Amino acid sequence: MGEHILTPLRNKMADLRVGIGEASGRAIWNIVALVLILIANRLISPNFFSIRMVNGRLIGSTINILDQSAPFVLLAIGMTLVIATKGIDLSVGAVMAIGAATAVVLINRYEAGQENILYTPGFVILIALGVGALCGLWNGLLVAFFDIQPIIATLILMISGRGIAQMITEGQSPTFTNETLAFVGRGTIFGLPFPVYLAAAALIIVTLFVRRTAIGMMIESVGINAKASYYAGINARLIKMFVYTLSGVLAALAGLIVAGEVKSADPHKAGEWAELDAILAVVIGGTSLSGGRFNLFQSTLGVLIVQSLLTALYVSKLHPTANLVVKAIVVLFVLLLQSPEFRDTLTRLVRKRS
Amino acid sequence: MKSRFFPLFVTFAIFTALYIFCYTQYSSFGSMRVVCNLLRNNAHLGIPAVGVTFVILSGGIDLSVGSVIAFTGVFCALMIERQGVHPLAAFAMVLAIGTTFGATMGAIIHYFKIPAFIVTLSGMFLARGMAYVLTTDSISIRHPFYLKVSELVYVFPDKGRFTFAAGAFLVVVILGIFVAHFTRYGRNVYAIGGNDTGALMLGVPVGRTIITTYALSSFLATFAGIVLSLSKRSGDSTIALGAEMDVIAAVVIGGTLLTGGVGYVIGTFIGVLLPGVIHTYLTLDGSLSPWWIKIIIGVLLFGFIGLQKLLSSQTSVLDMIRLPQVARGSASSGD
Repeated sequence: MGEHILTPLRNKMADLRVGIGEASGRAIWNIVALVLILIANRLISPNFFSIRMVNGRLIGSTINILDQSAPFVLLAIGMTLVIATKGIDLSVGAVMAIGAATAVVLINRYEAGQENILYTPGFVILIALGVGALCGLWNGLLVAFFDIQPIIATLILMISGRGIAQMITEGQSPTFTNETLAFVGRGTIFGLPFPVYLAAAALIIVTLFVRRTAIGMMIESVGINAKASYYAGINARLIKMFVYTLSGVLAALAGLIVAGEVKSADPHKAGEWAELDAILAVVIGGTSLSGGRFNLFQSTLGVLIVQSLLTALYVSKLHPTANLVVKAIVVLFVLLLQSPEFRDTLTRLVRKRS
Repeated sequence: MKSRFFPLFVTFAIFTALYIFCYTQYSSFGSMRVVCNLLRNNAHLGIPAVGVTFVILSGGIDLSVGSVIAFTGVFCALMIERQGVHPLAAFAMVLAIGTTFGATMGAIIHYFKIPAFIVTLSGMFLARGMAYVLTTDSISIRHPFYLKVSELVYVFPDKGRFTFAAGAFLVVVILGIFVAHFTRYGRNVYAIGGNDTGALMLGVPVGRTIITTYALSSFLATFAGIVLSLSKRSGDSTIALGAEMDVIAAVVIGGTLLTGGVGYVIGTFIGVLLPGVIHTYLTLDGSLSPWWIKIIIGVLLFGFIGLQKLLSSQTSVLDMIRLPQVARGSASSGD
């Protein structure tokens, strides 16, 4: 585990201890779950925690987990804020595909020698993020101004978004060779994969932005009671527009990471199931689907739990086809533990026996 | 005309207009061949869509149907080909498994108050995962019973083949309409979707109804899996990927509100056929790229939702854009 994960973790633990009692309980349980999974990983493969330096790159299972988690952390940050406003964003996977498709199609024009400042790598990345922002704005518009249920509003883009991505790539899965764009997905700085820095930066910046300003409070307020927030003078529409737009931008960035990793943009496969994995991480992190209190750090922990679990399944002798089953069972287990009704039932059963 | 019938009426009108337009372009749309193919090709979406309509009417959602279809196909193929079980026995077994699966999801949703979205999402992972665990190969089924079923076909004079799948689809839709409007269970579903606390106070057995609804949805998804297995004569664990979203889109296009309590099974029937008609048109046309179908479905979804919004709100279009809607309570996340 890198220090950059542990330090905010400790700080947050301290924060939580003085903060809300129940949330700190949940934080501890998630950390316990993560540690247990990591120990299981260590038991399955003895060199799980070993990290080597090869060609200026750190190589090791833990680094892999961080690398694979990065795009999901980006998605989970956006999704957490959206869910906190009592919404949901089903379109992030499709937006990933759109962002990746846009960037790859534009960069290929640059590689083909077309002289246009818009086709230079820097601009291409900005344009892809801008397209993500547009997708998010569209979702936000539907939810905030047309008052459409978030699940349907974003279902529209989830379904048509894949078509749009295919339209951009003209039905192909274009590959590219540009190193600057590839760096987003597979570059390294000080041995660590670049996506890890992106995810960490996004986590820190968004956390500071929502917690050092009143925005975070307003998001929770809108999620808990939109009516009361309105009477309290909160511009609920603006808040909703903001969270969906942020989710769109972060999804496009995740799309760039995925495109950079494989140096291509597949309109079908890029971000497939990503929306569901992101929602899963957020729910494991304890943000309620009915809106309100949220915790970005917990959602990140949720992503790490899911990814460590997947790694454990890969390194174990378990047949790879069992992955989904184990994932489903673990998720159900976590959900049941979070349900007060289930805990009551358990307590009653235990009492009866003793 | 009562306004609650209006979305349904509009869906019908758009479907009719679209069909007439297609007919003017390609006269084959007037043949039983196209009609039968529409029913047959969409049976595996239409059958679970009836179940999902009940789930959405009750105020819930079911994301697991596509995976249940895949699991059913793989389970039947393995049972019949590897274990030598008679197809009918295999069907009975898988229907029992599917129904139990749905009832379990319903019980978790009801008793432990976990959002349906997340419970059925885990259900989706579980069913798909079980299909993968059983086998990742595509297994073809050569049992004589399958051949017999494929011979169960009514051929129209213009060579339109009304197959078992098409018949099963129609029967399920008709039964669905009957159950929704002429049984106590159907009324209970509408009541719970309208207001579950109110329904509970009026003595509606909320828990039993919700569990039955999810069991019904999984039962129909399993049945769709059987129908698909019969027409494909194989079991494949990657089949019907993403079908749950197509099904939900069909239900919404059909005029059912995702908040629950409002909607009709017949609307879902049209909602399933509408993308099918567009698909047939694009296939016949050949010059339009396949990605347009997804974009058009998105546009249709947007159009229908906008329409429903206009009809369900008491205010005019301009008011809707100008005034904040918070006074009517915010939209829920669909859980």
